[in-house]
Amino acid sequence: MTAGLSDYRKQEESITLSSAPAGPGVEQELMTINMGPHHPSTHGVLRLIVTLEGETVRDVKPVIGYVHTGIEKTAEDKPYWKVIPVVERMDYLSYYFNAMAFCGAVEKLLEVEVPARAQYLRVIHLELNRIMSHLVWLGTSCIDLGAISVWWYCFREREAVLDLFEMSSGQRMHTRYFQVGGVIEDIPRGWAERVRRFTKEMRVRADQYAALLDKNEIVLQRLRHTGIVDEQTLLGLGVTGPLLRAAGNPWDLRKAAPYCSYDHFDFKIPVGTIGDNYDRYRVRHAEIYESCAIIEQALDGLPEGPFITTDRKVALPPRHELATSMEALIHHFKLVTEGFRVPPGEVYNPIESPRGELGCYVRSDGSSRPARVHMRDPSFVNLQATAPATRNSYIADLVATLAMLDPVLGGVDR
Amino acid sequence: MPDATGLELIAQDLRAADADAVLGTSFFREEATIEVAPAALRAAAEALRAKGYTFMASCHGVDYYPEEPRLGVHYQLLDMANVDRVCLKARVTIEDPHVPSLCDLWPGANHPEREVFDMFGVVFDGHPDLRRILMPEDYEGHPQRRDFPVGGEPVLFTYNEDKVPGWTR
Repeated sequence: MTAGLSDYRKQEESITLSSAPAGPGVEQELMTINMGPHHPSTHGVLRLIVTLEGETVRDVKPVIGYVHTGIEKTAEDKPYWKVIPVVERMDYLSYYFNAMAFCGAVEKLLEVEVPARAQYLRVIHLELNRIMSHLVWLGTSCIDLGAISVWWYCFREREAVLDLFEMSSGQRMHTRYFQVGGVIEDIPRGWAERVRRFTKEMRVRADQYAALLDKNEIVLQRLRHTGIVDEQTLLGLGVTGPLLRAAGNPWDLRKAAPYCSYDHFDFKIPVGTIGDNYDRYRVRHAEIYESCAIIEQALDGLPEGPFITTDRKVALPPRHELATSMEALIHHFKLVTEGFRVPPGEVYNPIESPRGELGCYVRSDGSSRPARVHMRDPSFVNLQATAPATRNSYIADLVATLAMLDPVLGGVDR
Repeated sequence: MPDATGLELIAQDLRAADADAVLGTSFFREEATIEVAPAALRAAAEALRAKGYTFMASCHGVDYYPEEPRLGVHYQLLDMANVDRVCLKARVTIEDPHVPSLCDLWPGANHPEREVFDMFGVVFDGHPDLRRILMPEDYEGHPQRRDFPVGGEPVLFTYNEDKVPGWTR
């Protein structure tokens, strides 16, 4: 324990004071305090060691690992198709994205063609998930700013998205809807109409959130010109997603390196100007409208055809074939017991999650279980921006900035 | 992605700077990978950065058990202007797991390198703050190594407080 204490002291001594202490006054003393791990404003189990000079933050060190569950180790012990539900539980607000990153990597290794209908269905679900994730972010962030009513409204719309997920896949969260080679099931009758109704309503609701927040003096005072990090610092720290776009860099993998037929859709990438908390809020808020537009275009152009690859070595045969075809029965048995084998090699599959570049590295050794699964989780990398964003600001702004950075600790710790 | 020819040209430039730098290249599923000697990792990273791969997207650790050398460190470098990715890879043995840290080139390598150290025991020379990041500070072993068993851990209760290893020291 003594070793840990001296580390904190070392951190304290490494900080240069903005003003030289006039005398042995108490107000010039640095104070290192512990924020978290169970602080309500840290959006999960995050601990921050904050060094304060009065009310001003001089240094922040995030301490993570409190919800590390060894998902990557567990994944090495499971056949590929059983890894999907495990990786979905990493970043618990963007489970479709986790599944997409993993399935995309395995499809790359297998060189499986994903049918057009499956790609469109994936896009619809990914964008619904993006809206859902941004709604949770907006609601919880507004609680941190002291505005509880926005939270109720956001969670009302989030429920609507979860209902759509439940209708298409039977689950509200961690749906296991994406499979290697496509999606598990076609959408049920009436689902498309409900999604259209939702996107129409979502635009109105997003307007209402803006009406609540945009002219709210408290929100503006808390967000404007706080937590500014410039673009070059963010790039050096590896930060991607809305945080980078808020600083004016229009980097979005959906446009830059389209995957999953994102190039078929017409959408804009919202960018900010100076990269303060207000820009972060505006960028994510604007992304909700763009996601709605993508969903509507995907529903309009939804192609007919199979929803999962017809390669029986990868995807389960249809249920009705099992009663009539011996071959289908054998394939079903092999897939369920052993799983499919994947040719040896290693790939990295990056996609654009609500928080930035979510990359999945998969190494196969030729067996039916992955030799290594590693997620480059955007929250884990973006968390490094906490210190530059909050240094020399007030501790109250630290709470607001942390909310606007939107780390999801399930993804950070995996 | 650089195509297979582009990859060879990059490798050739690295070889021109240091004849022993590049150990191999691979172009697999449209992904370019350059394997360099651990000692040459830093120079190679600097050279690639000068070529426009200015963004370090991610850093992965991997255990190639039973192949030797067992441990691998991958840096995914990204050229945002040309939307071009290249993977820089170095492999080290369990006995001498030292690679140079790239933290001063990309400050964002800090957390990912700590994770690789935590999970695989790769030591990044020159890293400013090389501590465990996900596992507890007093944890023994590197759990993502392939020979590290998957298994339970004793749960701390008041009755077994003195018998559970690693908690009461």
